[in-house]
Amino acid sequence: MPVVGAPVVEAIDLRRTYKTSTGSLKRKSLEVEAVRGVSFAIEKGELFGLLGPNGAGKTTTIKMLITLLIPTSGTARVLGLDVVKDARAVRSQIGYVFGGDRGLYERLSGLDNLRYFAELYGVEPHEQKRRIGELLEMVGLTGREKERVEGYSKGMRQRLHIARGLLHDPPVVFLDEPTIGVDPVGAREMRAMIASLTDQGKTVLLTTHYMFEADALCDRIAVIARGEVVAQGTPGALKSLVADKTVVEIEVYGVNDESIERLRRVEGVSAVSVEERDQLQLLMVQSAVGAEITPALLAQFDGAKIGRVVAREPTLEDAYISLVEGDS
Amino acid sequence: MRSQGRAEVPAHRVILANWLFSMKSLTKSSFFVLVTVLQPLIFSTIAFFMFKSGGRPGSLLYAALGAGLMGIWSSTLFGSGGLIQWERFQGTLELLIASPSQFMWILVGSTLATSTLGLYSVAGTLLWGAVAFDIPLELAHPALFVLALPATVIGLGTLGLVLASTFVLYRHANALSNLLEYPVWLVTGLLVPVSLLPGWAAPLGWILSPTWGIKAIRYSALGGNPVPALLATVGLSVAYLVIGTRFIAYFERRAREDATLALT
Repeated sequence: MPVVGAPVVEAIDLRRTYKTSTGSLKRKSLEVEAVRGVSFAIEKGELFGLLGPNGAGKTTTIKMLITLLIPTSGTARVLGLDVVKDARAVRSQIGYVFGGDRGLYERLSGLDNLRYFAELYGVEPHEQKRRIGELLEMVGLTGREKERVEGYSKGMRQRLHIARGLLHDPPVVFLDEPTIGVDPVGAREMRAMIASLTDQGKTVLLTTHYMFEADALCDRIAVIARGEVVAQGTPGALKSLVADKTVVEIEVYGVNDESIERLRRVEGVSAVSVEERDQLQLLMVQSAVGAEITPALLAQFDGAKIGRVVAREPTLEDAYISLVEGDS
Repeated sequence: MRSQGRAEVPAHRVILANWLFSMKSLTKSSFFVLVTVLQPLIFSTIAFFMFKSGGRPGSLLYAALGAGLMGIWSSTLFGSGGLIQWERFQGTLELLIASPSQFMWILVGSTLATSTLGLYSVAGTLLWGAVAFDIPLELAHPALFVLALPATVIGLGTLGLVLASTFVLYRHANALSNLLEYPVWLVTGLLVPVSLLPGWAAPLGWILSPTWGIKAIRYSALGGNPVPALLATVGLSVAYLVIGTRFIAYFERRAREDATLALT
């Protein structure tokens, strides 16, 4: 039974190691530590974000919480129930939605998909019709439910996923990168839908690597990098981690890796990130406020063509970059 | 706030829901329909000519029933072998495991659906035999025939369950399903009488339900006592169910430890 006042979701020093092997004749066994001691607690009604780059351990963490992976060590509880010992009880209390194209029965209709999962979650037959109708309305698929899923757009599939995850009206919802691959308008609708979940009293864990999404939606965020939580707090608190920094944005055409390495070594530079934009690369260089490093930075490019150079205030994205680069 | 879902969904409800859902899903797969619809007709035609040229015209019904059962086995094998692989590939295997329904009941419902659809191959073969080769369907024990058919379907479905359970853990195990089609046809006497095979082959067939299922069906159609074979089919089904459910519980846990539920 859930303990009154206890966190709804609790991860305590979760670790997960994967064994993989390489080579075909001489097989070599490798151990990869995907999650290395992750701890956090989510309170009732909170929208908690797990933010990190690809391969940081977000999905592995979520899969341990929803009983699909057994932790190598550490414990996790949902509504006070242990995710390993009380797996079945946990499953009936949670909804799980992941992003991308998969996870639906393509040859069948959206309605068939929902009815099937309603059965698997033991939703009573007399409740099913009402609940499915409500959810179709909520995700905006009313009128399209009898069409085969293979004809659905990405956005429609994702909305169907959300409806599937909420069929049994779970108090806790896990959303693993739900807006991935959805167009901007669809993603915005999706975010409104996610925000409405906490209005219904649900507790939500959202993983994403979109900063603005985490900033807009989450009450609190844990930034995860290389399998560890590197910072935790409200979006505002995370931004304040870089309040004493300034960011220089430099547009460069055809910068090479050595130049970027040299930039990182310039005195006063605390983090460098690169964003590819068609012909050019946008470099974002963080340094302490007041450090006049721009001329030193511009000297590192080996004659590569330089475009616009701007100094600006740091954003949550800069805080994130600083955290995942491990320099904060 | 509590969920509307149930921590323990009753087994009969999960089996029925999956049986219906899988039937619907399978009939929308053109590959599966091709295997189920066309293959039995091709095999029965080959079998008819084999038996005819062997100068044993009285055995044509014997051959037709064997060909029908070969179809049920193919359908069960590809259905249950492909099932897990397909669920994994389309990303639904994790969703099934993450639901509060017991995975073994999900699999029982789905594998029974594949062999139920295989029933068509018996009906199709007999009809094909009657239309194309003039084989009359005269049953020695009609009541027992009606019992033997579903018992055999369940016998094959539960054998499919044992196979499917191993596919949960081993991602590439369904390659095995291609290897198991012909040997099982042979050692269980579906294609040719087991007496024509080397002595060591017969005991292999004894632990496989199609051996007893086809005996029960043939005796009830052509004459003889089908009851012992019928009981053996039911007994083996129970054994497979016990083994299959144990395997599934064990393999499901192992798959959660070894992270083999998803492709990524």
